[in-house]
Amino acid sequence: MKILVCISNVPDTTSKITFTDNNTAFNNQGVQYIINPYDELALSKAIDLTNSGANGSITVITVGDSSTEATLRKALAIGADNAVRIDSRPLDAWYVANQIVEYAKDKNFDLILTGRESIDYNGGQLAGLLGDLLQIPSVSIVKGLNVINNEATIEREIEGGKEIIVTQLPVVIGAAEGIAEPKIANMRGIMGARTKPLDIIASTMVDPLTTIVTYEAPPVRGTVTLIEEDNIDELVSLLHHRAKVI
Amino acid sequence: MSVLIYIENTDGVLKKSAFEAASYGKEIADSLQCDTVAVSIGNVTTHELEKLGNYGVKKVINITNDDLKTFVNQAYAAVITDVATKENAQVIIFTNSFTAKGLAPRVASKLKAGFVSGAISIPVITENSFQVKRTAFSNKAIATVSIQSDIKVITINPNAFAAKEVEGHAEIVNFEPSLESKDFGTMVKEIIRNTDKISLPDAEIVISAGRGLKGPENWGMIEELAQLLEAATACSKPVSDAGWRPHSEHVGQTGIVISPNLYIAIGISGAIQHLAGVSSSKTIVVINKDPEAPFFKVADYGIVGDAFVIVPKLIAAIKAHQGN
Repeated sequence: MKILVCISNVPDTTSKITFTDNNTAFNNQGVQYIINPYDELALSKAIDLTNSGANGSITVITVGDSSTEATLRKALAIGADNAVRIDSRPLDAWYVANQIVEYAKDKNFDLILTGRESIDYNGGQLAGLLGDLLQIPSVSIVKGLNVINNEATIEREIEGGKEIIVTQLPVVIGAAEGIAEPKIANMRGIMGARTKPLDIIASTMVDPLTTIVTYEAPPVRGTVTLIEEDNIDELVSLLHHRAKVI
Repeated sequence: MSVLIYIENTDGVLKKSAFEAASYGKEIADSLQCDTVAVSIGNVTTHELEKLGNYGVKKVINITNDDLKTFVNQAYAAVITDVATKENAQVIIFTNSFTAKGLAPRVASKLKAGFVSGAISIPVITENSFQVKRTAFSNKAIATVSIQSDIKVITINPNAFAAKEVEGHAEIVNFEPSLESKDFGTMVKEIIRNTDKISLPDAEIVISAGRGLKGPENWGMIEELAQLLEAATACSKPVSDAGWRPHSEHVGQTGIVISPNLYIAIGISGAIQHLAGVSSSKTIVVINKDPEAPFFKVADYGIVGDAFVIVPKLIAAIKAHQGN
């Protein structure tokens, strides 16, 4: 099985989120970058499906500048066979999807895995865009995946339950929690990652369809009203009369 | 020209979020001086669809084709794109549901439309610009996004906009789509619903608990409180990681992001990743024995104390309140 895993390089989940250039750009000063947690689940699933590379190959791909290479090396250390970096800033989801399609369109991947969304821009668009541009099925928010021969059985999250879907490969999957247990790189993996191929590819011309104009901090919440534990009736009364939520 | 709204239903009943999307679309249509058109796929009665007229929808394109009884992402995307083209839609609105997360990007791609997911405001539209706010960095920031393409696709979060009733009547137009076999690449084999539970992303009240509950065997009082308030249950990441509760209940940065009217957090300290998932809730109540728990900083109401003492008291107090 030939698998492509799309990787996003994102600020660590504990990062303080601030902005520079008159609130038009993320301030990456002192920020640690990681593999997007959902993409890490996608990669972990790819490793399971190929039996750690014995039954296939795993390529990881990202659209980013040279600073993203540490994250790609980490993906190689966890178990990918080779990495591809498309040398460009990721301008928007449409731009990124088209770059990946340009690379993937003639390579016959059986499976393309992405995370359900990145934890920085949270667009959640990539799986659907890739599916449409490559004219193959896509399933977003996938919490279970099994592949037997050429058929994938997919568990998709729905409100208040789940849906079991079957499809023939190739398919694009947006990985969510539950699809796999995250894998950790061991020393052998880290040593091996240094010599695995990491190709740098020039980007193609695509006009983005959206632009982020400005960022702002979320509204500050008011201060807490503390209620004594012997006075729970007051809480119920406040929730009913003041907050009007019960 | 029109604003098109994709209307979701559950077993033939329109979701509450469908009316929210209709009202959101109506506001955009008013500023663009055009009509609001809805498209519904599935077995929904005319009577049910007519309700949309009270939320500003002028026309409902009703598709009841048997081949589209269950969700087929590619075929649904093709049908909605077809309707959008016929109705000359400038803006297409979806609710940011699990289904739309798969569907909206495919529709956007077909129309080469700029797509903003999880919008939190009505777009600001001028002659040369179309800007809309959405959350970014997992609720730790708000981004204003400009869409440059002629056609725009937007998904809005459930509960983020109140549905507004207006005087009006919706004309129901049955539509027979032309389907292509290449769009039936996926097949739904089975749908499994937790029928006794309120769906978490749609819930107006959410009762959430963390490691402070000490073990899965102690969730009985959480379930009881949830049932009493017709609320959904949720949990923190350590709880779902430990297998005490299913992943589908995990709210936070790497789980589900929610914005209910009332979020009650019990025995959850409020790590930054958890707060990211719930901080846009309208009212937050925190119950925690540690007065220094970071969750109190974003709470509206707080009780410092032992959950095992407070939750039963809260249940009794709510029962007394409901009895009145």
